[in-house]
Amino acid sequence: MHEYETIIGIETHVQLSTLTKAFCSCPYIYGSQPNTTICPVCMGSPGALPVLNSKVIEFAVKVGLALNCSLSMSSKFDRKQYFYPDLPKGYQISQFDIPIATGGFIDLDLPTEFGGGHRRFGITRVHMEEDAGKLLHSGTGSYSQVDLNRAGVPLLEIVSEPDMRSGLEAAEYAAEIQRLVRYLGVSNGNMQEGSLRCDVNVSVRPVGQSAFGTKVEIKNMNSFSAMHRAIDFEISRQVDLYNKGQADQIIQETRLWEDGSQRTVTMRKKEGLADYRYFPEPDLPNVVLANEFVDNIRSSLPELPEIKRRRYEKMGLSMQDVLFLADDMQVADFFDEAVEKGADVKLASNWIMGDIAAYLKNEKLSINDIKLTPQELAELIASIKGGTISGKIGKEILFELIAKGGTVKGLIKEKDLVQIVDPLEIEKMVEKVLSENPKQLQQYRGGKTKLQGYFAGQVMKESKGKANPVLLNKILLEKLKSSS
Amino acid sequence: MPSPVQNPRILLSQCRFQLHFPPKPHNLQPNPRHFHCSKSKLSLSHQHQLVSEPQTSQSPSSWSPSSQILTIRESLLSRQKKAVEITRDYLNRLRQTEPQIRSFLHVSEEEAAMREAEDIDRKIEQNEELGPLAGVPIAVKDNICTADMPSTGGSRILEGYRPAVDATAVRRLRECGGIVIGKTNLDEFGMGSTTEASGFQVTANPWDVSRVPGGSSGGSAAAVSAGQCVVSLGSDTGGSVRQPASFCGVVGMKPTYGRVSRFGLMAYASSLDVIGCFGSSVMDTAILLGAISGHDRLDSTSSKHEVPNYASELASADLLESKPLSGLKVGIICETLGDGVDAGVISSIRAAASHFEELGSIVTEVSLPSFSLGLPAYYILASSESSSNLSRYDGIRYGNQVAADELNSLYKDSRAKGFGPEVKMRILMGTYALSAGYYDAYYKRAQQVRTLVQKGFKEALGENDILISPAAPSAAYKIGEKTNDPLAMYAGDIMTVNVNLAGLPALVLPCGFVEGGSAGLPVGLQMIGGAFDEAKLLKVGHIFERTLHGCRFVPSL
Ligand SMILES: [Zn+2]
Repeated sequence: MHEYETIIGIETHVQLSTLTKAFCSCPYIYGSQPNTTICPVCMGSPGALPVLNSKVIEFAVKVGLALNCSLSMSSKFDRKQYFYPDLPKGYQISQFDIPIATGGFIDLDLPTEFGGGHRRFGITRVHMEEDAGKLLHSGTGSYSQVDLNRAGVPLLEIVSEPDMRSGLEAAEYAAEIQRLVRYLGVSNGNMQEGSLRCDVNVSVRPVGQSAFGTKVEIKNMNSFSAMHRAIDFEISRQVDLYNKGQADQIIQETRLWEDGSQRTVTMRKKEGLADYRYFPEPDLPNVVLANEFVDNIRSSLPELPEIKRRRYEKMGLSMQDVLFLADDMQVADFFDEAVEKGADVKLASNWIMGDIAAYLKNEKLSINDIKLTPQELAELIASIKGGTISGKIGKEILFELIAKGGTVKGLIKEKDLVQIVDPLEIEKMVEKVLSENPKQLQQYRGGKTKLQGYFAGQVMKESKGKANPVLLNKILLEKLKSSS
Repeated sequence: MPSPVQNPRILLSQCRFQLHFPPKPHNLQPNPRHFHCSKSKLSLSHQHQLVSEPQTSQSPSSWSPSSQILTIRESLLSRQKKAVEITRDYLNRLRQTEPQIRSFLHVSEEEAAMREAEDIDRKIEQNEELGPLAGVPIAVKDNICTADMPSTGGSRILEGYRPAVDATAVRRLRECGGIVIGKTNLDEFGMGSTTEASGFQVTANPWDVSRVPGGSSGGSAAAVSAGQCVVSLGSDTGGSVRQPASFCGVVGMKPTYGRVSRFGLMAYASSLDVIGCFGSSVMDTAILLGAISGHDRLDSTSSKHEVPNYASELASADLLESKPLSGLKVGIICETLGDGVDAGVISSIRAAASHFEELGSIVTEVSLPSFSLGLPAYYILASSESSSNLSRYDGIRYGNQVAADELNSLYKDSRAKGFGPEVKMRILMGTYALSAGYYDAYYKRAQQVRTLVQKGFKEALGENDILISPAAPSAAYKIGEKTNDPLAMYAGDIMTVNVNLAGLPALVLPCGFVEGGSAGLPVGLQMIGGAFDEAKLLKVGHIFERTLHGCRFVPSL
């Protein structure tokens, strides 16, 4: 039995969230009625000409810099030619031999539940291009209709080096790209809407073989877990064929991932190399980047996920916390601000990952949608730590703050929630509870010491939850012992 | 020197072209078969009995092409004529001559044109300001989009197609008060040099209806020549304005690449295409060019270079000065006067050179060594780009669709039926040239030639203010004469394609005649300038035209 090695490379199409399309002033709104956001330019009418939306360049430069690429200070657009009804002009405006960015890399941390580990994957190139429309097939299959709303929407194609070795690595690579474009604000990165589309090339070869195995392309994965499973399925399919001595049945083809049956199936076999007859787009001038333009973009980049993760790591957070907080820039910003306002790092992380995250998940909200401010989270943590309120009360206040806003101090005052820390007051309550429960006291003294918890609960109830639990237990124990 | 008004017969006897023929050793002797200006004597006497121009026609004895646009403006402002009358006159003339010439693929609805004319008349009544083209009937080549009329590009694949918007050039001339009276015939999508490759009809040359008007803007050139409109728009990818201007004896302007927006011009070869102008005088051409020039945010290849007031610069030209072009350095491109060029054409250009000298210019011969490389490079680049630009005509979204059971047949049948043979040939050539393995040998090499051509012009224009050459190697030839010999037809573009490769402006104006037809056939002189030097070309052309006596470039119809 051979050992096998998998080589995975990924082409990712990121739909840019510019207000208007790449070469005309039509907006793009996902889910619009077919052919409602089109014009002579994006429907390829005779005489119409493309005019580049400068936001596309700005976004491409952002992504190029964030992926540690070298930028082409002068690049150009080319025409990629083929016929298909969703391609109005009969060519796609793309970039061929001089992409706007080349030779970068992306760093990521694998999830701890999969064993963790840091990875760096190479980025071959990033180029700008336009999206095609969509074909809508009739129920009977007797005709198709064309929706050109998406035609001309700007895309970045990000091509990785063949550096990934497993479905997990590939899925995490895609997730990191999604994180990055969301951090940069250049795309919503939504896989279900097709704003982030990954075509994965998978080949397998026996360890020690220098030639690459036959490359198979997989499409149609609309979640990272689907990517993970699709690739692992494809790897084992190819390894099986090797093991059965049927490696010749691995052919160069495009396979579709079927989520229902959890397998890949042949979509089309590639017959030779398609000749796209690329040539320079004569309707558009070269894309020339000024140093100042690039410098301005560079200096306005946010702290990127990798740098954030390393910083959190240095703050002493566990990798699980680090990955959680850095996953979403808004969450990370919230955390950073809370810490800046004096919140304890670990406690702030716990609150965010625990109750706050659960709330957001249930309510399908983002952290910016809730009324709790980082300032108040810091205040809440401090109030608990300082003993003003109990942790239990803290939780109650938290949900109040999330839903209605307000301040910790205000709520404590309004609801009279200040913790009782006066030993005499607590003692009185302890005495009251003990005197009201002679039977249980009897049992306790008879050796049923577990009843201490019962008494503590009764006292807490008596204090309406406000008694300091440490003091309460201390005094209760003294009383139980002293009167024995 | 030239006194303004002369008896034509006296004038002819003075015709300097033959008298002042520069005795250069390698010159071809003037071929006796060719008539030059003496021929126009016949046409002149023949003409003024027959020509019924709608304009206030001048007495032939004082004939020299004056601005019809300015004449119209004057008669409107002085209330001698109404815009509706002028428009009706032109539409009548158009209808009367169209059966012979067939220059229009679509003529505006009379009511629509009259409504526009009434608007102008109302403005005049209310003393509102008039645009520079107010009340001027204009024809537009049918590969330039007009929202209110079909725009077919001369192709069956777009039969009946109506664009959603006007081309920028059309929008601008309408904003200047121009009245678009119709769409003119062309070789399908601009691919041809005779207008015979139109998907709809063949246009005749008004000088001799058995001859071609040139192409691809043959309809626009013929329409101006035949007096069916005052000025017209054409497009020039390899000479498509200049060669028909030469064949039809009108003024044709190919502006610098990027001077006029291409938005709304059906792309043939995007890096070479420009919209150009036709007029019966340099002044009219200048006024039209001024109206349509300038940057357009819908065309990123349009230039932000400032647009001078071409017309006012012409008006200021001092025609009474004895040497109005004193010191102007004129380079005559020697490669354009060699083998394959008709002797009569060469004589006319030599005569024009002498005329320049008499006006005070210094004429020298210049050589453009890469000149002959331009033609093959042009056909590779233009075909390559066209193979891509014409991909959108697939029958899916607009235009004629042939019903088919499956997608590939739909494409194949729609395109097979919709395109004519010349277009198919160029798509095939271009597809081949761009294919993997051939790209470097063809497209890339052609681009290198293009750079050489640009350099050659730059050098020559560094030493000269303008360059001159024939606009075509021959005068208009017979319909059908070259239809079976595409290479001969392509060779006819030798004079013009280099200018497109270099992106430079060039003005063609009639300068003489050769024998042919009943009244001789006009010959066009091409004047080439540096980038954005249109004003200079127009000024020089204006002076040349106003001082060129004895040639009346109005055909008898
Ligand atoms: Zn659009």
